[in-house]
Amino acid sequence: MNKVVANADEAIHDLADGATLMIGGFGLCGIPENLIRALVRRGTKNLTTISNNVGVDGYGMGLLLAAGQIRRHFGSYVGENRLLEQMVLEKKIDLELVPQGTFSERIRAGGAGIPAFFTPTGVGTLVAENKETREFDGRTYVMERGLKADFAFVRAWKGDKWGNLVYRKTARNFNPMMATAAKITIAEVEHLVEVGELDPDLVHTPSIYVQRIFQGEMYERRIERRTLRQSK
Amino acid sequence: MTKAAKDIDKRERIVKRVAAELRDGFYVNLGIGMPTLVANHVPRGINVVLQSEKETITEMPGTSYFSSADSFAMIRGGHIDLSVLGAMEVDEEGSLANWMIPGKMVKGMGGAMDLVASARRVVVAMEHSTREGQPKILKKCTLPLTGSRVVDTIVTEMAYIVVTPAGLVLEEIAPGLTFDDVQHATEARLIAGPNLKTMAQ
Repeated sequence: MNKVVANADEAIHDLADGATLMIGGFGLCGIPENLIRALVRRGTKNLTTISNNVGVDGYGMGLLLAAGQIRRHFGSYVGENRLLEQMVLEKKIDLELVPQGTFSERIRAGGAGIPAFFTPTGVGTLVAENKETREFDGRTYVMERGLKADFAFVRAWKGDKWGNLVYRKTARNFNPMMATAAKITIAEVEHLVEVGELDPDLVHTPSIYVQRIFQGEMYERRIERRTLRQSK
Repeated sequence: MTKAAKDIDKRERIVKRVAAELRDGFYVNLGIGMPTLVANHVPRGINVVLQSEKETITEMPGTSYFSSADSFAMIRGGHIDLSVLGAMEVDEEGSLANWMIPGKMVKGMGGAMDLVASARRVVVAMEHSTREGQPKILKKCTLPLTGSRVVDTIVTEMAYIVVTPAGLVLEEIAPGLTFDDVQHATEARLIAGPNLKTMAQ
């Protein structure tokens, strides 16, 4: 078994135009920095991306957006990403906004072999329009579909050479679900270790979900907004 | 007082009143912006646990980390005692809107739709009127909804309002204001609560 690749460029050598791609992280937290940079270098176009946010202006997935590589995006939050908001308002990108819990569950379901599920979220709003609804125990629920992708880019703190992964703190976010829901999951890790070095009881993503792994470099770990307690 | 100082003062009042709703042992989710400030006013002597699906908060003893799927299993599963969030509009049926203005602004709903659909109690913390002085508490929301009939309580710098099947019941008024003052700033019809009192500060 050999899942280790040299770097991000090698990891995405077969990622073609028009691919559907899940990208882990939340804003700038826990994002696969190396894989995003490699994808910008590769210039792959017409991508459908599935990621909670699209980075920020000028960093993370914001780089892919600025380079015009994303045609369609699924996510829950635009927030202060001015370029994305502008592109959506000018209809330069096809954006499907999904409530964050429905978003994470759709990915979890996709990876777990569940084609659809019912959730109370969004009933009576635009989100539920043209979707099947059903009553259970006196409450209305809307049917949502599982999501899958050609590739998933995930970022972990530690990973072994077979692809067992451990995330760190809030950088876990969407990474574990995405790792399960793609044909090819590529993990970039801050520390690549030998098989047997991770405590099996503390593995977050078992190696079965990971097809390629490499040690990333030059992590910036940018912080979007830093808030400190005010001195009294 | 300058305009900016007045705004801070307003927000402080809202946030303090919301904090008074906290009870020992509550698991609470605070929205982005003003609701997050509630964390600075947790009453002395009680312990609440803040659950967050975004924006990391300070790690304290007793913290746990989980994935976003787990975070929303907690939320949808009805394990959150209190969800506090902001709104652009709220109406007399307890519907709220806070994620987009068609053609003008797209922020995305983030986790708000899940929270309002499934938290045990939903409190809206917002300024009573828009910056242009227009009412935000309406007969019927005009913007795309975040949730339909989901809000339990509305806290503004002017009032503490409870959403009931009969309509919006005004339970508390900020010091120095009258029922008519609050009604003037509100499009929806208000009902004076039987125990209408001055808002705790």
